[in-house]
Amino acid sequence: MSGVLVVCEHLSGEFADITFELLALANSLGAGDVSAVTFGSMAGKASELGSAACVIDAGCEDEYNPESYAAAVSTAVDAHSPDLILIGSTSMGMDIAAPVAAAHGLPLVAYCTTVEATNGGFACSSSLYGGKLGVSSQVSSPAVAMVLPGSCDGDAGRVAGSPAVNELAIPESAGKVRFNRLIEPEAGDVDITQSGVLVAIGRGIGSKDDIELVAELAELLDADLACSRPIVDAGWMEKSRQVGKSGFKVKPRVYIALGISGAPEHIEGMKDSATIIAINSDEDAPIFDVAHYGLTEDLFDVCEELVEELE
Amino acid sequence: MKIAVLLKMVPDLVEELEVDSTGKALDTEELKFKLNEFDDHALEEALLLGGEEDEVVALALEGEGNEKLLFTALAKGASRAVQLTGVQPGGSGEQATAFAAALAESSFDLILTGVQSVDDREGQLGPLLAARMGLPCVSVVTGVSVTDGGATVNKEYSGGVMAEFEVTLPAVLGIQSAQQPPRYAPVSKVRQMQQTATIESLTVGGAGGGAESEVTAMAPPEVGASAKMLDDAAALLEVLRGEGVA
Repeated sequence: MSGVLVVCEHLSGEFADITFELLALANSLGAGDVSAVTFGSMAGKASELGSAACVIDAGCEDEYNPESYAAAVSTAVDAHSPDLILIGSTSMGMDIAAPVAAAHGLPLVAYCTTVEATNGGFACSSSLYGGKLGVSSQVSSPAVAMVLPGSCDGDAGRVAGSPAVNELAIPESAGKVRFNRLIEPEAGDVDITQSGVLVAIGRGIGSKDDIELVAELAELLDADLACSRPIVDAGWMEKSRQVGKSGFKVKPRVYIALGISGAPEHIEGMKDSATIIAINSDEDAPIFDVAHYGLTEDLFDVCEELVEELE
Repeated sequence: MKIAVLLKMVPDLVEELEVDSTGKALDTEELKFKLNEFDDHALEEALLLGGEEDEVVALALEGEGNEKLLFTALAKGASRAVQLTGVQPGGSGEQATAFAAALAESSFDLILTGVQSVDDREGQLGPLLAARMGLPCVSVVTGVSVTDGGATVNKEYSGGVMAEFEVTLPAVLGIQSAQQPPRYAPVSKVRQMQQTATIESLTVGGAGGGAESEVTAMAPPEVGASAKMLDDAAALLEVLRGEGVA
């Protein structure tokens, strides 16, 4: 038993950022050789995975499939007996981690922001309760850790090389989940990934009617309106305006967050903005961790005052 | 068709969260709980899927506030509500084991639950449950339609991209958002349910959650470490002008 197994992710023929973040983390642990499991034809791009000692070509379809990919990772775990399996805390990772842990009777720690090797196991820190608490866990080896995107420096894992590629013989899939098609997002009236200035609203807005005041402020600042997930789920704004894990990744010159608490899923989508300004009445809101400027006041008071001044 | 919806209370994050004297757990004395918002979407999706012939059963583990939660589910239109008793409170692994034991006794076509919750350190309930029951599972689902013997589901990736899958039933789905915002149950209707409806009780043994990890510490992250805190809107306006925005 040895080493760290990284479950690679890809979309449309390219490795996703999380793949390189996990590789960087795996190499930082000093816990033995790093193996990377790839799917479909991605083993053909093994030269991009130079920070892995070995690439395990798990086959499967190019298009992600929750059932067959999870079964393939499980087979890879059988074949390589790693001490630690690193999986992204992503849409794909959520389908894979639990069945792999269950199939091998391994403990699973989710939402990890750090993982360190300790005597006989691993120490993990998870970001829970919407990012309001960090929870440290000690887990014995072997274990499965799901790592939040953006927790590690992906550039450190982006190393060219020529790792050995081993083909893995995988069992035939049960075929209970079948991929149909990819659905690209419908074009909205605005492409928020191209905006220079974004004014984003979150749950703190309270009601749909109150969006008007923020829209007024956005117009005065020549900014586009964006929002966090609950606003879209409530049907108050279009999906094309959503920032975060299931929405868009944005990097505007200025990002103004109004009434957004800063759950990890949201921060993943906006943390690379050049200047982040957060206004939230809760002084403990995690958004202040990533913000460059913060103001703990009622967002409506602030909006009204700004609108008045700017007019 | 028979649809099960698993509901769970979670700490309300609007309230201040305090760590208890052990330094390893939440102080639950002052804590307020509310329905996991993703579970609310799962319930909505189940109610949208369920026709007159179908049965939508809401299930929750025994716990504070869970009876009201189940009466609210009935008020929203669930056919039946079941509370599982005899389960030791624990993490998502233990919850999955308890729900698996309860669901094994009935033949559900679909089992829906919220894609995640704010406290599932041990992983998400949906896939943990599916693994225990040997059922297929898709997480981060934003739309379900039932076809002959199967379901067509949309799963969200990042950047607004989705994938459509066909899933053979029975299956477990982790719901990210329902096709319409969750409905609201008027207080009067919930009260009426409390007076007229019955919550069924089902005893499941404490079977354990499988391999576990140990919590060693719990603490708020350092807040404001990087943010320069401003005094008022006037100071904010200065910053905006400095950035060339205002």
